[in-house]
Amino acid sequence: MSLFDKFQPIADIQADLKELGVMPFGAVTEKLLSSTEAIVNGHKVILAGTNNYLGLTFDPECLEAAKRAIDESGTGTTGSRMANGTFAEHVALENELAAFFDRRHAIVFSTGYAATMGMGSTLAGPGDVIVLDADSHASIYDGVRLGGADVIRFRHNDPADLEKRLRRLGDRIDNTLIIVEGIYSMMGDQAPLAEIAELKRKYGGLLLVDEAHSLGMLGEHGRGVAEAAGVEDDVDFVVGTFSKSLGAIGGYCVSNHDQLNAIRFAIRSYIFTASPSPSVIASTRAALRLMQERPYLRDQLWDNARRLYDGLKALGLEVSPEVSPVVAVTINDRNQAIDWWNRLLQHGAYVNLVMPPASPTDDSLLRCSVSAAHSPGQIDRIVAAFAAVQN
Amino acid sequence: MPDYNEFLERIFEVLKPFAKQGVLLNEDCELVAELGLTSLQVMELIEQLEDHFDMSIPLNILPDIRTVRDLARALEKLES
Ligand SMILES: Cc1ncc(COP(=O)(O)O)c(C=O)c1O
Repeated sequence: MSLFDKFQPIADIQADLKELGVMPFGAVTEKLLSSTEAIVNGHKVILAGTNNYLGLTFDPECLEAAKRAIDESGTGTTGSRMANGTFAEHVALENELAAFFDRRHAIVFSTGYAATMGMGSTLAGPGDVIVLDADSHASIYDGVRLGGADVIRFRHNDPADLEKRLRRLGDRIDNTLIIVEGIYSMMGDQAPLAEIAELKRKYGGLLLVDEAHSLGMLGEHGRGVAEAAGVEDDVDFVVGTFSKSLGAIGGYCVSNHDQLNAIRFAIRSYIFTASPSPSVIASTRAALRLMQERPYLRDQLWDNARRLYDGLKALGLEVSPEVSPVVAVTINDRNQAIDWWNRLLQHGAYVNLVMPPASPTDDSLLRCSVSAAHSPGQIDRIVAAFAAVQN
Repeated sequence: MPDYNEFLERIFEVLKPFAKQGVLLNEDCELVAELGLTSLQVMELIEQLEDHFDMSIPLNILPDIRTVRDLARALEKLES
């Protein structure tokens, strides 16, 4: 017995993959050709698994803003938001996020992970209750475990099951935080937020929604599933990330609760880590502005999503439940999923290979995400790559 | 309120499909090490018990549970 024994199952899988000559985890992007094309593991591919939903990573305005910030403010902040790491631009971004979400307060974090993990671990502690969707992201699970509240899962996207759990809580509902996502990261399905909000109104508690995969995609202003469902007033906290539709790295939480300013200084993942670099803040601010100035990006994204979804479905593949910027193909057999992933790469399409326990079931997934920057022709080539590996 | 034996009986019932050849279900059976339950199957077991007893079982109790007995005891404690 040693500390290392528990890693043996991972080493075994790595050995299997090496034997097969595949490297799905940590595939190396050797050269980016654009926001939608790159050389990955030696293959020229269309990027169909990057979460770069609006395709802004190479937008000239974002690039220019980041370069200027480096020249003016240097490469890093070298400190915590609580100490020397709050620059005027961090505060400006917080104000812009608050304005965009039409909320009174915003916090900027160094990663999306730090935002979700930090809010989940800080809002509810020992004696409190967290009720979360079973398919919640690892950053949510990590946070709530760290916080020490009683953690109760409800069946994925099942308001009836959520209701049972809220009812059983009795008086403890006053100390309860409900956590769901907007669009779920693996299958791309949306939370039934209208029903969840109604339950919150009926029973009580606070509601936090992680809109990591829905920022810029849904609702009149692009604020996400809460806006699309018309229940923003019932959502106490929205968290999300800059690493997907905004093409950078970092996270946020917005809220109308004035307590957020006190909560900020209780969040360890906010305090005990350096703040985002000036270039990251600058490109994020540019991307947030462009997202609002170019609503057509959203239309392109959804057109592409539908094109990919319909194309893969027409091949007879088992695709995720609804059209979404995330399109997941379920493959029951792990080795087949690995084989397909590898051959897709050879046929010019990079997608994400997801295996249990990261996938929500015992099956594996070939998870695709589309971008507004994909051309219809590129989407067709992704579909053609799937058709080729299928045969 | 259900007692230890009722929880135990129900756990055995739900675990029946998992009982492998040669493994006799008893209170000392280890859910993961012996019965080979995956983390997903543990969650299914929990959900079935939650539905049956109309209770919610917090995830926090899971790290301390290895055997069928541990689980029945934990449920008994939750309901007391
Ligand atoms: C639902 C969800 N929440 C949080 C995160 C964490 O965000 P980030 O990768 O930007 O740290 C992600 C993405 O990884 C996610 O999918």
